[in-house]
Amino acid sequence: MTFRHTVSRRLVLAGLAACAASASYAQTTLSMWYHGAGNPTEKDLMAGIIKDFNGSQKQWKVELQQFPQEAYNTSVVAAAVAGKLPDILDVDGPVMPNWAWSKYLQPLTLPPAAISKFLPGTIGKYNGKVYSVGLWDAACAMFARKSVLQANNIRIPTLDKPWTKAEFDAALVTLQKSGKFQYPIDLGLAWKGEWYSYAFGPFLQSTGGDLLNASVPKANGTLNGKAGLEFGNWWQSLFTRKLTPGTSQDGADRETGFLDGKYALQWNGNWAALPALKKFGDDLVFLPAPDFGKGPKIGAASWQFGVSASTKNAQGANAFIAFALKDKYLAAFSDGIGLVPSTPEAAAMTKNYAKGGPMEVFFALSAKQATLRASTPGYAAASGEFEKALSDIANGGKVADALDNAADAIDADLKKNNNYR
Amino acid sequence: MSAPITSTTAPGAARARRSGLLMVSPAMLLMALFLILPFLLAFAMSFTNQRLVSPNPTQYVGLDNYRQILGLGVLTLQPEKDAQGQVAHEADGSVQYPSLRTYTRDNPDYPHLNRMREWFHVGWTGDSRVYVLASDVIFMKALVNTVQFVVVVAPVQAFFALLLALLINQPLRGINIYRTIFFMPVVISMVVVAFLWRFIYAGDTGLLNSLLGHLTFGAFKPVDWLGQPGTALWAIMAMSVWQGVGFHMIVWLSGLQTISASLYEAAALEGASRWQVFRYVTWPGLRNTAILVMVVITMQAFTLYPQIDVMTRGGPLDSTQSLVFQAVQRGYGKQDIAGGSAISVFLFLFVLAISLGQRYLTREKK
Repeated sequence: MTFRHTVSRRLVLAGLAACAASASYAQTTLSMWYHGAGNPTEKDLMAGIIKDFNGSQKQWKVELQQFPQEAYNTSVVAAAVAGKLPDILDVDGPVMPNWAWSKYLQPLTLPPAAISKFLPGTIGKYNGKVYSVGLWDAACAMFARKSVLQANNIRIPTLDKPWTKAEFDAALVTLQKSGKFQYPIDLGLAWKGEWYSYAFGPFLQSTGGDLLNASVPKANGTLNGKAGLEFGNWWQSLFTRKLTPGTSQDGADRETGFLDGKYALQWNGNWAALPALKKFGDDLVFLPAPDFGKGPKIGAASWQFGVSASTKNAQGANAFIAFALKDKYLAAFSDGIGLVPSTPEAAAMTKNYAKGGPMEVFFALSAKQATLRASTPGYAAASGEFEKALSDIANGGKVADALDNAADAIDADLKKNNNYR
Repeated sequence: MSAPITSTTAPGAARARRSGLLMVSPAMLLMALFLILPFLLAFAMSFTNQRLVSPNPTQYVGLDNYRQILGLGVLTLQPEKDAQGQVAHEADGSVQYPSLRTYTRDNPDYPHLNRMREWFHVGWTGDSRVYVLASDVIFMKALVNTVQFVVVVAPVQAFFALLLALLINQPLRGINIYRTIFFMPVVISMVVVAFLWRFIYAGDTGLLNSLLGHLTFGAFKPVDWLGQPGTALWAIMAMSVWQGVGFHMIVWLSGLQTISASLYEAAALEGASRWQVFRYVTWPGLRNTAILVMVVITMQAFTLYPQIDVMTRGGPLDSTQSLVFQAVQRGYGKQDIAGGSAISVFLFLFVLAISLGQRYLTREKK
């Protein structure tokens, strides 16, 4: 009984509060969905921006609703089917074209100067229009220890002169011969899903291939072409030569193997940089991606903000996004969760990415090597096929067959979807 | 059945039936909403090209989805001959056959085999080799793996559950502690169990490898249990048996406790051995429980999914693909709801057929 009383009293109070709020402010409420539930730092940062925005003008009032990352995309799809999308939503970079094509999103109407200095990876374009923009990017680098490389007479590559494929391969063999490590390199195959496309797709692109030819669109001839086979054969040799742990790698080893000295090198993202810096300090170096022939490349595009196609308040939604793109917020996010800030000005304001900061190199990496993943609505399906092909090859499957199968499956998906036109 | 309820003329019968319907209606409503309706939707969608996300209209495609997953082809090939007409050999000495790719990829002479892939091959007629091709090899492998899983897990799990039930059905002090321990894995979600067992099975430093290494004084070479096609499915089976065995143990236990104690007393008076007591008293008394346990385990085993998703995602080399994993993978991963629906409908009909078969085999023979 007490319980019911409390509930009903609460409901009455909430109702009264709602009436009072709508009466006294007369603002239009904008709903916003965000993928970062469970991360208190992110929540505080978002809440801070929203509070500033709500206080800065009288017309709009943003309300935040958070989702756990794993459930976010399905929640958005479900809401879209039910016609209940929020006004503002965030979207993962490579998924954006799919949502733009499906009419979940509408092009942004930001003032042109708003994003002129942004890193290329933070701007989500589809069919020539900007649909989303990110407050940060993520970047991959080769984590290494100066002392280990010097002891083995391995050249420390620079952004201007990265390792060539041959140099990289030779370095791995040298490190293996040193006998001091369980494996010379940790590529992180314990992680599943999008990691494969994000982390290794650029290696394929650097070899001269790609997931698919988005302009035709077709995967046969691109994914399983000459460059694809070359990359696939090298990829397989990493596992047959025992240079890197395979798909059954223990997740714990991925987290701590490099820190514990089990692995000499690690291919990882900026989000893992702080623990490594804490452990190795000045000895730690972040190396650029090797050049597999067509220039060194790393993945780009992280979570970005967009405006839903069904909103009646597009003006307010755009106003909020434009507001959130201030350098001080980009810097706050970077300091809070370690991501690469989207502009040089913001980078200069952060403790990690400022000149001389411990992660400065990641900003340069993003600016110089970042390559967007194939910008097509068919990306979700294609990325899954790429993951399967790479793990099949790693597990000893025939390279040509694995790539053929993936290319066929991607093409079948394209056909099923009328080429996403 | 007591007379007033079954007889329509008795006073109060209509009211009893009404209250019966009223009581059953919430369950019926939920079943209709969450079981029957989704199934009908899946059935309907499997004949269309419905996608998870798409601005394009849904179209009726007939049996295309079923043709895609179930399509099979056969191709017989002769060995390659070298210039002298001798049978050519591969580098490892085996007879060399022409590459299948030349037949299955855009070969105008074999349009019915286009884009099919080898499922398996047999070589019984002399030198020639018969290839069985499938338009969806992953589905075929998932089907075989799932059946294999059921065929192994159902009897093994039922057997161990019975063994545990017999063990804990004794009036010993502290027996509830053992009951709790055996039942514990059932309460833990399969996802959590699968995560933990990934550590146990880990290739280099896993608990299982360390344990076996210690037990054999280092003679045991570490095995990458989940990382090689030969062991991955078996590893998952062992874990699944462990996780589910407690639940069926409880079912067996309830069956054991319905057997009248007087039968055991009589057996003791007759001087029956322990085996004779089990063979002639316990086992006949468990008949209906056995049927229930087998049917339930079989149906549960067909829904093999979370272990796969957490531990191997179908790999390595498709050795742990399962039907439900493929249905989810297609529906959500590839945004191909129609393809996922077709697999679900197939799985439903398949399990239904097997359950009916089990019912027929275990029917009361009069």
